Amino acid sequence: MQVTIRIFRYNPEKDKKPRYATYKVEAEPTDRVLDILEKVKGYQDGTLSFRRSCAHGICGSDAMRINGFNRLACKTLARDTGTRITVEPILGLRVLKDLIVDMEPFFENYRSVKPWFINDEPEPAQERFQSQEDRERFDDTTKCILCACCTTSCPSFWANDQYVGPAAIVAAHRFIFDSRDRAAAERLKILNDVFGVYRCHTIFNCTLACPREIQITKAIGEVKAAIATGSLK
Amino acid sequence: MKIHQFEVLVVGAGGAGLMAGLYASKTAKTAVISKLYPTRSHTGTAQGGIGAALGNIEEDHPEWHTYDTVKGSDYLGDQDAIEFMCFEAVEAIYELEHMGLPFDRTPDGKISQRPFGGHTNNITGKPVRRACHAADRTGHMILQTLYQQCIKNNVTFFDEYQVIDLLLVNGAAAGVVAVELATGEMHVFHAKAIIFATGGHGRIWEITSNAYAYTGDGIAIAIRRGIPAEDMEFFQFHPTGIYKMGILITEGVRGEGGILINGKGERFMEKYAPTVKDLASRDVISRAIYLEIREGRGINGQNYMYLDVRPETVNKYAVIDGRKRPDGSPLVVTGEQILAKLPDIVDFCRVYLGVDPITQPMPIQPTAHYTMGGIPTNKYGEVVIDEKNTALPGMYAAGECACVSVHGANRLGTNSLLDLVVFGKHAGLRAAKFAKGASFQSLPADPTGFARAQLEQYLKADGKENAFDIGVEMKKEMFDNMGVFRIEEGMKHALEKVRELKERHKHVRVQDAGKIFNIELINAWELGNLLDLAEVTTVSAIARTESRGGHSREDYPKRDDKKWLKHTLAWMRDDGTIDLKYKPVVITKFQPKERVY
Repeated sequence: MQVTIRIFRYNPEKDKKPRYATYKVEAEPTDRVLDILEKVKGYQDGTLSFRRSCAHGICGSDAMRINGFNRLACKTLARDTGTRITVEPILGLRVLKDLIVDMEPFFENYRSVKPWFINDEPEPAQERFQSQEDRERFDDTTKCILCACCTTSCPSFWANDQYVGPAAIVAAHRFIFDSRDRAAAERLKILNDVFGVYRCHTIFNCTLACPREIQITKAIGEVKAAIATGSLK
Repeated sequence: MKIHQFEVLVVGAGGAGLMAGLYASKTAKTAVISKLYPTRSHTGTAQGGIGAALGNIEEDHPEWHTYDTVKGSDYLGDQDAIEFMCFEAVEAIYELEHMGLPFDRTPDGKISQRPFGGHTNNITGKPVRRACHAADRTGHMILQTLYQQCIKNNVTFFDEYQVIDLLLVNGAAAGVVAVELATGEMHVFHAKAIIFATGGHGRIWEITSNAYAYTGDGIAIAIRRGIPAEDMEFFQFHPTGIYKMGILITEGVRGEGGILINGKGERFMEKYAPTVKDLASRDVISRAIYLEIREGRGINGQNYMYLDVRPETVNKYAVIDGRKRPDGSPLVVTGEQILAKLPDIVDFCRVYLGVDPITQPMPIQPTAHYTMGGIPTNKYGEVVIDEKNTALPGMYAAGECACVSVHGANRLGTNSLLDLVVFGKHAGLRAAKFAKGASFQSLPADPTGFARAQLEQYLKADGKENAFDIGVEMKKEMFDNMGVFRIEEGMKHALEKVRELKERHKHVRVQDAGKIFNIELINAWELGNLLDLAEVTTVSAIARTESRGGHSREDYPKRDDKKWLKHTLAWMRDDGTIDLKYKPVVITKFQPKERVY
């Protein structure tokens, strides 16, 4: 199939303002949008810049807006996009060049919720025990690959980038509901803030955007409930 | 140009780099430099598990793990290092758990374990449950957990910095030169100790499970500075990659009871590995798949096989094999249980193949997967640079880019994650200790000179050649002639082709002349790394006139311990020639014998 791909281009060294460039590419229906971008870069315009690494939806490098929706380019196939594809950078983060955005504010929000295991009790000689049910409780949010598809699809984040955003809340959720962790109260306090969980207005864009199919809005709801009730049930 | 000074520098932020950074930074001023954001590293794609003889579900011992790894390596692994790794494994897993890693659990709350290829009960020879897992995203969990611990402990990161050169002064490590991708600016990192944890180079081959980033940067940089590369002819082809795409389908699928089926509907592995069948080691299974295809028994006569994990198939063969649950009851699985244990595999198949593994078999073929060779080190992670294992002061390597060697001629599944945790940690500790007792070497007069020259080449060349084409041709040639089976004339063809491509690569000129995120320039340089390593791999392979582990020759089908029970060391000289020398394998307890599964 021949695909017409329209790509957001911006090179701050040359361009006063962003533009769109259109390329025609021969593709298989099973080609990933990432494969198509590689062909454009390899044969038509080497200056086209984007991030990518694992190419199968695990590393989280190639989040972009594909036909208006936040997707990983490596997990979106030509047979699903159709022959006309528009590719743009994810929204709400500063564009550095073409499809590359400044991820620092995103990671700063991530770090702000203390996304690491906290338990200062003496370590046992072997593993800490955890029941299968307790492990299952936070399984969904352990899937997060920090691609930013969720946060940059969230209108509340677009409106105010001080909002910690869905990805950071997902990261907090993974620890808050881990029976081995001891810092749930600390994290709930951080998220019980004007720029914390209450910026979430259950629009569900994040859930739809997540390439890992994490039930993000549900997770945020559970964090809100934990703050409201003081209970982690 | 900016100059930074750290006592310890870690290059690479996958599992080994993060572990090294975490440990080195406890006592030394440390920085971790990575071309990717750390969480993008290839460790994250590891799926099935990390090996350790915890014995949580059934009897197991580090001694058994040691023997299995030696046997898996086809006796080319150094037994002192293997024993060290397998005995450290148990502690390493508990440590990861204490860092919060969310392992799956047994009904009594311990870390859950599953069978994996080549890991056996040494008395019965049957598969043993040794792979500690977190669904089929164990690598993801390790990478996330280690990154989280690094943030918690304020480890200093330089994200999206591409290291181009290694500075050696007075025969010791002095620093590295890196490009900051966001600005194109050159940075010199002056250090007392340097740890390379830069990963492998599976992007040399057409069908690969490896990330775009896997271009062998660390090994290529090292050989340009006179450090040899060890055992480069040994590269692992994982038997089960998604047909045509190469995306990994974990061995954990077979650990959970999945079966390999040929075009006649036969479970062909019983012929090749009568005892452990579908859980033989990877080299054995990849060869079996090729042999079946050659006999016309691919699916529909094509170059692929089925990996079948449908509940009815798993349950049928569980009865035949007498597979039982830990409590002794018969093993019966449902579709939901398979989905719960292998969610990502199910997702990959649905997205990329339109196949639902719960109701349909998965089309698979062998895929380039793992670099057994690499920068030679001893079991402390110290880089050793000759046949006598002379250490290069201040220089360390760990993880896939290093060749300790614990994997020898063939790595067992789950041992790569173990390798990077154990040797990442010890390299970090050693480097920090070394740095405390060492002083900085003075930097050379023009520290960035060689790095600049390498990059400027792509801005000045005549532009007669296209880098993308060269990459495509290299990958195809290497997959056709330097893949699972090898023969002299094919390898010589590959060598000629790679040398032709290296010449053509000199004519590549990038269109992007800018500074900001000049990815095209970096990609052109990475291609040069792949070409250099393809050449070293091929030269090392032609010289080794035997078959051992992942190096399987049709013209020399037998292992030859008399002549070849030794490690290859390959030097790339300044004039481009490659010199080969050899060093002995460390053998302690296990004398080589025939390898049967």
